[in-house]
Amino acid sequence: MGAYSTRDSSYGGTSPMALYSYLTLTGLGLVGLYMLLTGSGEQFNVGEFIMSISPHQWSLMGIALCVGLSVAGAAWGIFITGASLVGAGVHAPRIVTKNLISIIFCEVVAIYGLIMAIVFSAKLKDVQDATITSSEMYYKGFALFWAGLTTGLCNLVCGVSVGITGSSAALADAQDGQLFVKVLVIEIFGSIVGLFGLIVGLLVSGKVA
Amino acid sequence: MEALFFNADDGYIEAIVRGYRSSILNNTSYINLTQCETLEDVKLQLAASDYGTLLQNESHLSTSMLAQKCLDKLVQEFEYIRAHAVAPLSQFLDYMTYAYMIDNVILLITGTLHERDTHELLDRCHPLGVFDSMPALCVATNVAELYNSVLVETPLAPYFKDCLSAEDLDEMNIEIIRNTLYKAYLEDFYYFSQSFGGPTAEIMSELLQFEADRRSLNITINSFGTELTKDDRAKLFPSIGRLYPEGNLKLAKSDDIDQVKATCDVFLEYRQFFDGSSSTGASKTLEDRFFEYEVHLNKKSFQQQFHYALFYSFLKLKEQEIRNIVWISECISQGQKERINNYIPIF
Repeated sequence: MGAYSTRDSSYGGTSPMALYSYLTLTGLGLVGLYMLLTGSGEQFNVGEFIMSISPHQWSLMGIALCVGLSVAGAAWGIFITGASLVGAGVHAPRIVTKNLISIIFCEVVAIYGLIMAIVFSAKLKDVQDATITSSEMYYKGFALFWAGLTTGLCNLVCGVSVGITGSSAALADAQDGQLFVKVLVIEIFGSIVGLFGLIVGLLVSGKVA
Repeated sequence: MEALFFNADDGYIEAIVRGYRSSILNNTSYINLTQCETLEDVKLQLAASDYGTLLQNESHLSTSMLAQKCLDKLVQEFEYIRAHAVAPLSQFLDYMTYAYMIDNVILLITGTLHERDTHELLDRCHPLGVFDSMPALCVATNVAELYNSVLVETPLAPYFKDCLSAEDLDEMNIEIIRNTLYKAYLEDFYYFSQSFGGPTAEIMSELLQFEADRRSLNITINSFGTELTKDDRAKLFPSIGRLYPEGNLKLAKSDDIDQVKATCDVFLEYRQFFDGSSSTGASKTLEDRFFEYEVHLNKKSFQQQFHYALFYSFLKLKEQEIRNIVWISECISQGQKERINNYIPIF
């Protein structure tokens, strides 16, 4: 190792991603400095911005993120597993039916998200304008938002993890049938990770009336 | 991270290659093959493997025909892989074929030098390294002409930049051209595979570094007692590999096999190549030991997922398998049963 550093940079160079992030940072910095130096720095107020959003908006965003991220995780896992599964199934057709369980494990992740979204949306109800800014309503909005985000992110990584293990399971099973159960155990542990998010999401949203 | 996106483009074809890998003959098949008495038995044994249908309609068996059929199967599989590959993988696979292109170019030039029949030469070219303008190679008489008329349009063109100084095409220069080309190719392929990062870079670096070291060692050993000067020899060593730079410098100054051995002694993996090869010369040649280590490295690349090195390894293992089958059937047809076990087991 260590001998190939000479030409490494010729393939890399400055990537457009880095360029964009530099530009964005400079732009934001300029706007921020302008506001600060012209005496209008007060306008940049995160707390006020958050409070100015309706609690309904927060709850609905939580529900959307919950189901959206979960489905993205499940879909991601299914394509990782599926691509390997169809390929491995060409030479060893016997594995295909058995390994559909990996697909189901990924699918379960989407169902977690769906269940949680249903639980959350049951807590929504219309209120009159006067009471919408009450602390109770804000609590409800924030609780549902963060519960949704927790569940969604947990399910996203859980789906990816199950998908990668599932793809390995399919390939391992194609080489040696005895390995299937062993890799499946690992896969089950991966899919349990998603349950943790589900539990925390339930606890956080549980106190909402 | 590569696990997240690898399967979108290459998951299917990776799994296909793993399927092909599982059809590589294992130890039991080799033991059965070595028990064979005639080529007809070999054919029966191979019929139980993936080669089965391939040999079905052949009535007249010979070793060269067997090798040809096995190679056809490999090419067919490689073309299937190549047809399913998309952007970076397809380029990676193309890189793999450049090695065969170099071999073909050298074969054609050498053949023309010895005034062989063009068609006969074209038949002997490796099918993976075929390119359109190949027949035109036979008319060239010097390197500049060769480059300007034919090779400038092939992917090999950039590798030729170091060879253009050679004037005449004689036996010695062709050998130098071959090694200079290979050096440039290996380096290019190495940096290309490093640009992927992750496991692809990791495994390919190991494989290509060994390939480079093997070439350096072979060049050194073969140049003993020839008119190749030490300076010229040093120019042919690839500038990658574990022997680079210090080992290559020592190799360039070596005068006999003992000095080569001393150079390799500091590398644990390379030390074994020279262990006892002088005392019990009959057991294994240096070439066999190189192949054995190559098989070991290539086997290892199947133990990781989501990388490109396994396409390279598959091709190399399959080539080794063809060499094994040819060796065994050659031993059978020539009645040299005592040397039949000198094949290199793969799995």
